[in-house]
Amino acid sequence: MNLFRTAFLLAQKDLYSELKTKQILVTQIIFAGLVIVVFSFAFDPANNTTKAVIPGIIWVIIVFSGILGLNRSFISEQRNDTMQGLLVAPMEAASIYLGKFLANFAMILVVEIVSVPFLFLLFDFKFLGSFPYFLLVIFLGSFGFIAIGTFLAALAANSKSSEMLLPLLLFPITTPILIGVVQATKIILTNMDQFSSALAWIQLVTAYDVIFFVVCFLLIDYVLEV
Amino acid sequence: MSMNLEREKAVLPPSQMTDTKRVSIGKVLFGATIISMLTALYFIFIFANEEKTMRAAQKIFYYHVSSAWLAFLAFFVTFFFSILFLIKRKRIYDTYAYVSAEIGVVFTIIVLTTGPIWARSAWNTWWVWEPRLITTLILFFIYIAYIMIRQMDGVWDKKARLAAVFGIIGFADVPIVFFAIRWWQTKFHPIVFGDGPSQKGGGIEDTMLVALLVTITAFTILYSYLLHKGVSFEKMKITVEQYKERLRESLDK
Amino acid sequence: MIEIKKLTKQADNKLILRGVDLSIHKGETVGILGPNGAGKSTLLKVLASLIKPTSGMIKINGLDLKKDSLEIKKILGYLPHSSLLYDHYSPLENLVFFGNIYGVKNVEQKAAELVKEVGLSFFLNEPVKNFSRGMIQRIAIARAIIHEPEVLLLDEPHTGLDQGAIAILNNVILSMKEKGTTTLMVTHDFKQAAEICDRIVIVKNGKIVDDFRIENSSLGYVSQKYELQVEGVS
Repeated sequence: MNLFRTAFLLAQKDLYSELKTKQILVTQIIFAGLVIVVFSFAFDPANNTTKAVIPGIIWVIIVFSGILGLNRSFISEQRNDTMQGLLVAPMEAASIYLGKFLANFAMILVVEIVSVPFLFLLFDFKFLGSFPYFLLVIFLGSFGFIAIGTFLAALAANSKSSEMLLPLLLFPITTPILIGVVQATKIILTNMDQFSSALAWIQLVTAYDVIFFVVCFLLIDYVLEV
Repeated sequence: MSMNLEREKAVLPPSQMTDTKRVSIGKVLFGATIISMLTALYFIFIFANEEKTMRAAQKIFYYHVSSAWLAFLAFFVTFFFSILFLIKRKRIYDTYAYVSAEIGVVFTIIVLTTGPIWARSAWNTWWVWEPRLITTLILFFIYIAYIMIRQMDGVWDKKARLAAVFGIIGFADVPIVFFAIRWWQTKFHPIVFGDGPSQKGGGIEDTMLVALLVTITAFTILYSYLLHKGVSFEKMKITVEQYKERLRESLDK
Repeated sequence: MIEIKKLTKQADNKLILRGVDLSIHKGETVGILGPNGAGKSTLLKVLASLIKPTSGMIKINGLDLKKDSLEIKKILGYLPHSSLLYDHYSPLENLVFFGNIYGVKNVEQKAAELVKEVGLSFFLNEPVKNFSRGMIQRIAIARAIIHEPEVLLLDEPHTGLDQGAIAILNNVILSMKEKGTTTLMVTHDFKQAAEICDRIVIVKNGKIVDDFRIENSSLGYVSQKYELQVEGVS
């Protein structure tokens, strides 16, 4: 249980320090807002066909503002070498990963809670589909994206130009999630007739989440080893 | 009190460059590559029947499929040696993984260039968003990311460790990418081996199949030759580095 | 307490440690001296399990560093060059966080006591980023000993400190020593080394070249030995 205890402490530390400085979260939310504005220029919100791109926009927002947070999550531990402090402390690498994952996941959920309703509002989107399933898809998609993202952020943090490296590592690896959640979101938001197909996508994303969460757990030892 | 007089003698060991056995393997592989490639050319252009609608343009198909096979094989080898490296921590495994990834990039590029040429004559468009094509594209990006990890600065064992981890993750990802994209849209590509219920086209003539298999064999031999050559280059680099380091140490004294 | 046998560390092609054998008893305060690049900090990092050794064996308290690293980490306190503190956190928050990770009981009370001990109780709730180098170093040492470690690894703890801070630091080390803590200290400051340590190890080119005990804090003796080994004056 030491694994979870220290992981929670680390997540709590990250979130509390975010509460104090508000650097990352505010940046993420403003960035999400800007992406929405840019999309409103690219796709006319008054046009009815624009509704079709909304599921895609949701995930573009999550992915781009998520990567801002992921970039910071391990880089912030390099100041004063606090990462060394965590490594010499009696906690396993898996627990550092879990703690960072929880903090990043909590932050991306906050970003989603703020930005998705804002998007619906600005694009005047009438919600027709199933709300619980919509939440489920958002949850599963963010879970997988952040799980693998936190892992690759830990990997990329070893590089001097980690901000540039992380997207290059993360996007190809997360393609299955992105395809799956965008398709599922599209069906749930616009066309509930094909619900069985959405369910299949949800299963695929869930399988991906489980596989990669386990793989990351097993491999994080090698990434954080010094 | 004579400890400060003690000097380590850093005499360079006698050169071990004359490794005759290795050289012969390289030569054998080189010869085999030449012969099998010529045979493959014969099978492609003379033995195999010409396809009715596409004529000679169809011939690129053999190289396209073989390169794709090789690219996936190379990534599998990288995956295999990455695991081996993480367990055993021997530098040679890392060298194999790295060289294999480099070869993989080259052949992925060949796939991605021959693909559009084929597509242009088969489907009258340069690029189609089709499962196998996209998977290869994603595979290409994963390879590039792998090579970028190798380009980081730092000591080799750190880079090797991180690259190995990414090699494993990346390989585990490829099948899922393929299935996701295949699910997403199934069109265009003919199924070469076996039947695909949801895909049109399908089937291949016997002579073409033989030519394809011969080409694949030739490419596999080419791959093993390239891998062998690349690894011996890397080894030489490492050896030179070691000699330099020893020389530097003996100069310091 | 600490047993090191045939320890080597290779980074790229360079041997940083080439066969270190060292045995330290419980309660000893050992100063590690040596020229730059001799491998002193690396030795300390290997002990703190921040660097994996290439070969060799390390036992701390009878536990193998490779197998029982989690158990060993609990009794280690490590203070490197950098402070290992979170900038926007106050001393109290920093100490409470690390104390919690180590599973210290009554952690807030303990943290407040430690901050008082290093003489910064006025700044208990100020963010660390506003502190001077000396103040940060004092909090950093408090961080390293929050869990009352049995082994304390210090990497040049005296660098950049004023006289008052040095006195406080020495007091802390000496009071830890009374409690039976084993201390390893890498330093360039012969005066402090002679004052606190009761054994000196001189490292050169990744090897231990001299190992002797000192009495009566005799600075001259240490300098003489060091010059003999490092500068080749005999």
